[in-house]
Amino acid sequence: MPYVILSAILFTIGAIGVLTRRNAIVVFMCVELMLNACNLAFVAFAHQHGNLDGQIAAFFVMVVAAAEVVIGLAIIMTIFRTRRSASVDDASLLKF
Amino acid sequence: MPEFTKPDLEYFELLPLFIVFGAACVGVLVEAFLPRESRRLPQVLVTLLGLVGALVATVWVAADIVVHDDGAARGVVGAEGSVVVDGPSLYLWGLILVFGILGTGLFAERRLEGGLSAFAGQAAALPGTEAERQASAKGLDHTEVYPLLLFAIGGMLLFPASGDLLTMFVALEVLSLPLYLLCGLARRRRLLSQEAALKYFLLGAFSSGFFLYGAALVYGYAGTVSLAGIDQAVRAGTADHGLLLAGIALLAVGLLFKVGAAPFQAWTPDVYQGAPTAVTAFMSAATKAAAFGAVLRLFYVAFDAERWSWQPMLAVVAVITMLLGGALAIVQTDVKRMLAYSAVAHTGFLLTGVIGAQGAGDLAEGQYSSLEGVLFYLTTYGFASVGAFALVTLVRDAGGEATGFGAWTGLGKRSPVVAGVFAFFLLSMAGIPLTAGFVGKWAVFTSAMSAGFWPVVLVAIASSIIAVYFYIRHIQLMFFTAPEPDGTAAVSEASLLTVGTVAVCLAATVVLGVVPGPVLTLVERAGDFIR
Repeated sequence: MPYVILSAILFTIGAIGVLTRRNAIVVFMCVELMLNACNLAFVAFAHQHGNLDGQIAAFFVMVVAAAEVVIGLAIIMTIFRTRRSASVDDASLLKF
Repeated sequence: MPEFTKPDLEYFELLPLFIVFGAACVGVLVEAFLPRESRRLPQVLVTLLGLVGALVATVWVAADIVVHDDGAARGVVGAEGSVVVDGPSLYLWGLILVFGILGTGLFAERRLEGGLSAFAGQAAALPGTEAERQASAKGLDHTEVYPLLLFAIGGMLLFPASGDLLTMFVALEVLSLPLYLLCGLARRRRLLSQEAALKYFLLGAFSSGFFLYGAALVYGYAGTVSLAGIDQAVRAGTADHGLLLAGIALLAVGLLFKVGAAPFQAWTPDVYQGAPTAVTAFMSAATKAAAFGAVLRLFYVAFDAERWSWQPMLAVVAVITMLLGGALAIVQTDVKRMLAYSAVAHTGFLLTGVIGAQGAGDLAEGQYSSLEGVLFYLTTYGFASVGAFALVTLVRDAGGEATGFGAWTGLGKRSPVVAGVFAFFLLSMAGIPLTAGFVGKWAVFTSAMSAGFWPVVLVAIASSIIAVYFYIRHIQLMFFTAPEPDGTAAVSEASLLTVGTVAVCLAATVVLGVVPGPVLTLVERAGDFIR
């Protein structure tokens, strides 16, 4: 159970980071923190229930997170090259 | 040491999935082994063959489908319980594949840009540089969009058919990741397109984090990720109830983001406007169908016994979504953005259907259940939406697509056919009687009514009237307003690909409005989810 609480704390830190940080890379790192908090929760619950579903889920999540990094960094790279900035506040052509 | 048992795959029932993912892999190989200039035709052929093949396989599987256990649902549980091929899955598969074929037509269109596709010649080249001009001059374009499209469609097929939360999460990512990339690949207005991709990606990744944490909590509650197992645990109700409620809420955040419901609708207008219009057309119809399929399966199969916990939540979300979408659509001055906000409003109408009555006991004789209503609504809205966005690609001026309202004034005089067909799609979305949209709205509203959610239905009717206002205002703008001085946009000649797509959407919208019977029967025959 302490691990579940730890995972909830990590998840909250990640979510707050996404909402408050301005650099796209840092925002993205916070999203990764949220995914890893999920992994911790899955593994902790797997231990609690004594079955392997949660551990397998953690493996899948790691693979998906890796794929997401590839896509995400590609998108952030292109936007940095055109704008010379990775701040999410600068990307504001589309509004209302 | 437990003995390793070989997993059992239902190759026949999963054939559509195998064909789509197989075709996507072939597309990747085409990218790797063919020279750049000669990739386009093979890619389009592989994509179309894959999608048509998968559609044929879907119909074939649907024809052979067997009654499951007790008879209320038909289908099989495949791939060790992780994929459920039942009536609603097969119906959505057919729908998504049809939208995929229509989308491929729009992707392959080259005549509008004078021999170039709507996608960037070289996404890595900076806009306005020599490298980009060279790429355009050589007539390069990114043929990677076709495999990406196929992977996205594969994820969409898997999403509503997933039998456990883990498969659902993987399918969610498989459908989203290619879409993030596709959004950023517009040839014109690259900055807007890249910004749309960035916003879609960051918010999408954020929301899938919520989905995943919800899945972890529900796993903690039930001790299993399978939807049927969760249903049993919820019915037994022995574990900590708070864990379940938190899990449901977080899962709902992830899914409501994907369907674009308020308060998670912020990405919808930006992405719909910034993405290449061909992508928007495909995405608006197919993502909505896939995501609503997943919403229905998750809430109806896994959390059916918790109806009283999630129905009020979804009712509130539906009300906010309809009002917000309708109100913000009124103040728009850009066609794509207006259609995007109207998509938000339609999400609200669909959610009104989701909270509707489902059980056989709650329904009057001959009344459509909420599942049937939502499936039918997805069909009507999808065709109207693909058709409308396809027509947006045709109205152009020197700078590419002209999406501002100023450019559309008086379009009815310059090209009555395009303006007329666009007006027809708008009327269908507005739900004027005798169009497809009316039948869909009727079905979802009556099922919400029988579940006792009359306040939501009242709001839905009110926001339908708001929607009629902004649709009619656009029609008035096209037909009865004198062209503005800057209204130089004209309708470009498109190739058969776009014209064919629009014609199919028009035919489908007309048929669904005048004789909805056959499709309603099909939806009815789809039956219930396998629980």
